[in-house]
Amino acid sequence: MASLSPTVRLQPPAPTDVVTVAHPELITLDRLSLWYGAAQALKDISFGIRERLVTAFIGPSGCGKSTLLRCLNRMNELIEGVRLSGTVRIAGQDIYAPGVDVIELRRRVGMVFQRSNPFPKSVYENIAYALRLQGVRRRRELDEVVEKSLRAAALWDEVKDRLHASALGLSGGQQQRLCIARAIAVQPDILLMDEPASALDPIATAKIEDLILDLKRDYTIVIVTHNMQQAARISDYTAFFYLGELIEYDTTARLFTNPARKQTEDYVTGRFG
Amino acid sequence: MPPPAHGTPRVPDWTSLARGRRVRPLEWLAERVLMALAFTALVVICLIFLFVGREAWPIFAGRVDSSLARELQDVIPPEDLDKTPPERLRLYLGLTREQFAAMDRDTLRELMEVRIEAREQIPDDKDALLNTVRWRYLIGPHQWTGYDRPVYIWQPVSAIHKYNLVPLVVGSLKATLVALAFAVPLALAAAIYVSQLANPRAREWLKPGIELLAGIPSVVLGFFALIVLATLMQRLFGYPSRLNALVAGVALGLAVIPVVFSVAEDALTSVPRSYAEAALALGSTRWQAAWQIVLPAALPGVFAAVVLGFGRAIGETMIVLMASGNASILSWNPLDSVRTLTATIAAELAETVVGGHHYRMLFVIGVLLFAVTFLSNLAGEWFIHRLRARLEGQR
Amino acid sequence: MNPAPTARLRGELTTRHREPVSFFCTGLTGLATLLILAMLGLILANIAWHGAGSLSPRFIFGSADRDMFDPAKAAVGPMVFGTAARVILMTLFVIPIGVSTAIYLTEYARGTSWWTRGLRSAVNNLAGVPSIVFGLFGLGFFVSAVGGSLDALIYPGNPKPVWGKPALIWASLTLAVMTLPVVIVATEEALRAIPVGLREASLALGATKWQTVVRVVLPQALPGILTGGILAVSRAAGEVAPILFTGVAYYMASLPRSLTDQFMDLAYHVFVLSTQAPDVDKSRPILYGTVVVLLLLTFALNVVAILIRARVRRRLRQLG
Repeated sequence: MASLSPTVRLQPPAPTDVVTVAHPELITLDRLSLWYGAAQALKDISFGIRERLVTAFIGPSGCGKSTLLRCLNRMNELIEGVRLSGTVRIAGQDIYAPGVDVIELRRRVGMVFQRSNPFPKSVYENIAYALRLQGVRRRRELDEVVEKSLRAAALWDEVKDRLHASALGLSGGQQQRLCIARAIAVQPDILLMDEPASALDPIATAKIEDLILDLKRDYTIVIVTHNMQQAARISDYTAFFYLGELIEYDTTARLFTNPARKQTEDYVTGRFG
Repeated sequence: MPPPAHGTPRVPDWTSLARGRRVRPLEWLAERVLMALAFTALVVICLIFLFVGREAWPIFAGRVDSSLARELQDVIPPEDLDKTPPERLRLYLGLTREQFAAMDRDTLRELMEVRIEAREQIPDDKDALLNTVRWRYLIGPHQWTGYDRPVYIWQPVSAIHKYNLVPLVVGSLKATLVALAFAVPLALAAAIYVSQLANPRAREWLKPGIELLAGIPSVVLGFFALIVLATLMQRLFGYPSRLNALVAGVALGLAVIPVVFSVAEDALTSVPRSYAEAALALGSTRWQAAWQIVLPAALPGVFAAVVLGFGRAIGETMIVLMASGNASILSWNPLDSVRTLTATIAAELAETVVGGHHYRMLFVIGVLLFAVTFLSNLAGEWFIHRLRARLEGQR
Repeated sequence: MNPAPTARLRGELTTRHREPVSFFCTGLTGLATLLILAMLGLILANIAWHGAGSLSPRFIFGSADRDMFDPAKAAVGPMVFGTAARVILMTLFVIPIGVSTAIYLTEYARGTSWWTRGLRSAVNNLAGVPSIVFGLFGLGFFVSAVGGSLDALIYPGNPKPVWGKPALIWASLTLAVMTLPVVIVATEEALRAIPVGLREASLALGATKWQTVVRVVLPQALPGILTGGILAVSRAAGEVAPILFTGVAYYMASLPRSLTDQFMDLAYHVFVLSTQAPDVDKSRPILYGTVVVLLLLTFALNVVAILIRARVRRRLRQLG
């Protein structure tokens, strides 16, 4: 599906009734606002993200798309002075409710970062890390998960001979796929990706995009990207943000070919941003 | 749990999220212990600031009286040694039973003579009525009995306890200034050379080499000054007093060099390379780039280096204790023997009575040293802050 | 005939123009650098030259004689023991507290709160306090206040102090307080050098903060922490001022047997030999020998620290 050609190819939009049945809404944002100190970064955002589809967040830098992504697994709480109102529900559970275990939440909602950040350990230990956290000690079980995760991330053939070499010796694209393998090793249900290919060359990017389309069968994927062609290539739904507001949210096909708002049209046709 | 097989979507169970926060008792405990230890560190640090101040406080508050008014009223002539009852003699000389038992006749007689001499030095002395730990005696000159003009004297173990701080402060400053005059030019020049002019490979070993100087314990520098340097310098310059501010200052300088060097070198290195490269691209020499571009940019860091070096020098104890001669003479001549604030504490604290006025005066000196190093540290921090602000372009 | 322009240019470029002022000043700064290294070299050479002869297993490990100034009988075994004991004890106190404080400051405390900033500047200021002031503090606080109250509590009515006198434990504690900022600052630097991305990666995988610190951050920071610890130890090993009133003894017939005993000390022994010897020339070999032993101890530690730091820097450069 991935293409290196500059022409934008779109996935055929699925009929609406099929989507609502096979891909029910999993994440529901309701009037979500967020402040860094006095500055408001997200303004009153409400929409739903569907299960086992790829949803892309696009918009110019500073529009709040990464901030919103970090709200979905509460990574935003690591920054000082963040305040939040409104609700984020996953399968009906308010993830900011007082009783929610944020550790469990992050295990269920995996994340891949813009800059690949493998631990300075071996390839094997990178994947096994999260399993060890959960107390998995049996070597066979670890071996099995490491292999499956690496295969799922289409990295197995490239690294199977150097599983115990440092992960820092891998190329940038391999490191990023390792990070994806590491994220799916704990079997999350949702994968958040924050511009996962922005630091990579076109070939590595194509591999990541292939991988995302492959993973979509098992995972609900939310991806932040500043590359509109990438959004068009891999996502089913796209949300366009501008200055902390959700301007438009629709199927990718409609948003790119027939946007409802003038701002969206200007952005996707490259008139600003 | 095996990973999902392709094609058979799992049905995720999200209710587990709401089962409440899992309690991790061991982690909770470990984090509490961590915080407790950090808190201990803070308490200890605060205690130092408080405690040294507390011991000195009665003097600041004027609650200590060191006058001799009631002492030294009677006299037993040394000839009467055998006629005096032992117990009376013991009390007269102010000895404990053990001390008294351990002394032979000659020593006792000597002590009696010393006591008479002390008595003779203050014949019906009006000084004996003075409370010498009041501020006017601590910092102002006073014409003691037997002197023909007002003087500044530190003489805590004489019959009249003279606690004037001026000779000690001047002594400390004298040794420190000699040290800085010797160390600062050398250390700054070396910092410029190592950070800007030396080739990278030489830099790799020059820097740790100079920093190795910081690894020499100060007692070893003191020993070297006392045994080797003092003799050498006396032979070279032929001055009368073998141990003096010059010898102590030079040895002190050796301790100051690595401090000044490290801070200045860091400051010079932190100036972005592009500054110097811009100058080099315009055809200036490396020296011109270093002197005209990099050094001015790093100037606050250089000030910080000097100020921190000052703090290190004035607080150093063992070197001055061993190499300065320890005579509290008030003069600005670097060839005179000096007694510094730090050496005074080191030399005298062991002989004092805990809680007595001498003990408290040494804590007053401690507070003084504290204040001086605190201020120089603060100034150093401020300069480094300025350097960062300047390099980050915020002025 | 004029040379061709390229030939002229080549000629100009290959002629070295020495700007005289720059040449002179570069030489001057280089000379200053050499002078410092030369002084360091001379001191070490002088000490090694005079001291090497007195080194022998008997001298280093043998027991001290009451007449400490007699070259035939002198040995520094008890001093080596005392220095080692006080430094090891100090390490046991300062490493847990210092490392914990640094972890707390970088990983847990909010960076902008007044309490964190206050703690940080207190630590910075502590680093500049003269070592003799720590001696004052040790005597006034540990020996008199803490020791005195312990005696009053444990042995009421006993006039002979057990805890309330200079002792090994008080000297070690005083040194621990003195080196606290060294350990805290070094550990904080090591922790801060670790990229935020690694912490985020771990947290996003569902690790708790504690797991992240213990499994990702600390292993990475270990070399830096070790460097700080070793520097603290080597600084403490050579210090005399803080132990003058808190535990060191001029002479003791036997080794310290408990924490409340006093001890003989290598660095203090250098002071004693240089200032109290009745005949300096006669006792010179012991003096130099003692200095060599002390320097070997502190330098070995310093070299280890420098090596570790170089390795860490290289590794960071590779990561960068």
